[in-house]
Amino acid sequence: MTDVNTLTLAEARDAVQAKEISALELTQAHLAAMEKARALNAYVVETPEKALDMAKASDARIASGDAGPLEGLPLGIKDLYATQGVHMQACSHVLDGFKPQYESTVTSQLWRDGAVLLGKLNMDEFAMGSSNETSYYGPVASPWLPANWDAAQGREALKGDKKGLLVPGGSSGGSAAAVAAHLCLGATATDTGGSIRQPAAYTGTVGIKPTYGRCSRWGIAAFASSLDQAGPIARTVRDNAILLRSMAGHDAKDSTSVDMAVPDYEAAVGRSIKGKKIGIPKEYRIDGMPAEIESLWQQGIDWLRAAGAEIVDISLPYTKTALPAYYIVAPAEASSNLARYDGVRYGLRVPGKDIASMYENTRAEGFGHEVRRRIMIGTYVLSAGYYDAYYVRAQKIRTLIKRDFELAYANGIDAILTPATPSAAFGIGEKTSADPVEMYLNDVFTVTVNMAGLPGIAVPGGLSAQGLPLGLQVIGRPFDEETLFSVAEVIEQSAGRIKLPQAWW
Amino acid sequence: MSVDLATVRRIAHLARIALRDDEAPHVQQELNAMLAFVEELNAVDVDGVEPMTSVIPMRLPLRQDVVTDHAGADVITANAPGAEDHFFVVPKVVE
Repeated sequence: MTDVNTLTLAEARDAVQAKEISALELTQAHLAAMEKARALNAYVVETPEKALDMAKASDARIASGDAGPLEGLPLGIKDLYATQGVHMQACSHVLDGFKPQYESTVTSQLWRDGAVLLGKLNMDEFAMGSSNETSYYGPVASPWLPANWDAAQGREALKGDKKGLLVPGGSSGGSAAAVAAHLCLGATATDTGGSIRQPAAYTGTVGIKPTYGRCSRWGIAAFASSLDQAGPIARTVRDNAILLRSMAGHDAKDSTSVDMAVPDYEAAVGRSIKGKKIGIPKEYRIDGMPAEIESLWQQGIDWLRAAGAEIVDISLPYTKTALPAYYIVAPAEASSNLARYDGVRYGLRVPGKDIASMYENTRAEGFGHEVRRRIMIGTYVLSAGYYDAYYVRAQKIRTLIKRDFELAYANGIDAILTPATPSAAFGIGEKTSADPVEMYLNDVFTVTVNMAGLPGIAVPGGLSAQGLPLGLQVIGRPFDEETLFSVAEVIEQSAGRIKLPQAWW
Repeated sequence: MSVDLATVRRIAHLARIALRDDEAPHVQQELNAMLAFVEELNAVDVDGVEPMTSVIPMRLPLRQDVVTDHAGADVITANAPGAEDHFFVVPKVVE
């Protein structure tokens, strides 16, 4: 079999379990694809030796009849996850040389179920960004070429500063790019304000942010603890369902992890949505929204109606407050969480004349521009005299945002359909010099979901006039990821699986 | 609300981030852009609204106050930029 790396995760699983291909073959195909795609910069570290060892162990388990649900399936892991003895730096300079002595709960569950580690994926530094351009390791190029570009032009740009090529989105840009470019069957990602769903939408892949508490955060570098959630990015809805089942579950080491049974999410893929009430929130029809996003949304509505769902117009009046409130809550929590990077216990140390200047020099040099900015704004809104005016007010607004959704669900709404992003992917370098707020607006449709702790899935709905992927988002009730998988599958089937780019790199 | 240069320097010090004099005006401008962006929240009526403390209603679990996974001092200091005899080494803090 050729090009086994282009199989979906579900297809690869079935082929491996049926012994049609070996885990080793599958892993080797991915390692070869990764080697050819290094210029995209999706991986910051490749772990071929570990991958081959894990694949051989998988083949042994398959032979002895002990295969796990993810046996022999090669995955990429976002650099935010602790992987024992393997590079983990949250793509920051401040964690230089850090090799955790422990494994994150989510990745340990993937290995428990037989998955294979291919390497660590690029991301925005500490997950702060929407384009993967804040990474200490440089930007990731999307495998999608800009309109009217040929392969040679793309390769030329990869040799230089990548300007003009497209961003894969962020912060999980390496995850999304690697999945779209067939450099892994699936990837782990994290989502604090849209960092799974926005890059999935930009790259024509599928990504789910589960309900807050569904996956353990233990061993994942913290950005904003009350918003962060782990989730997968993969090429299909079914692949997401398979991965989430392994990633989710209660963990005593994360006090916010919920002690609830994990359903067989795959069983929800293909389940009828007849009679489901789908809410269409009028506040998501924002000023200046491109016509193609409007028509994508309408197309999604038509597909769900055709599948027997009941479409209901709803109102979520506090929607527009979510993004500014997020930019108080998230930096405040970040400023506290990132206080630990001080040059004492791990990572970079820049000397100073005394201990205080050692801290200050380490943090000034170790953190990139965006991270420093967010720590400072967070420090300000938590400082004496401003705490009530900013932080407490933002947390009150968060209560109101959540109440909007609770009212909709109390009125019988099963899920909510919105666009995933306000536009298709933009170019590398296009939004970096201007006002930071311009970049933040990318997350306008996704951030409400984090503020309310709800699950949300992004699934490709079609292509823009420029031929770039556009995503739809389905938002669900707390812990009802199953309905999201059912609804997203209807969208995927109706839209037809998106044709990912051929390797031009 | 907007911040002046003295406030920018004070925040940088609170955040333990060294800030050069020539960087301060740019940082001031960026912080003020963010503060202007969040300004609209002042128009929201939050009277009688409880601030959110937990996004998913749950009781914080309690456990026995015992050692559960003591990894050992070697493991804990393995990544330190300066370590000696299982201690983290830092510049002298007392005379």
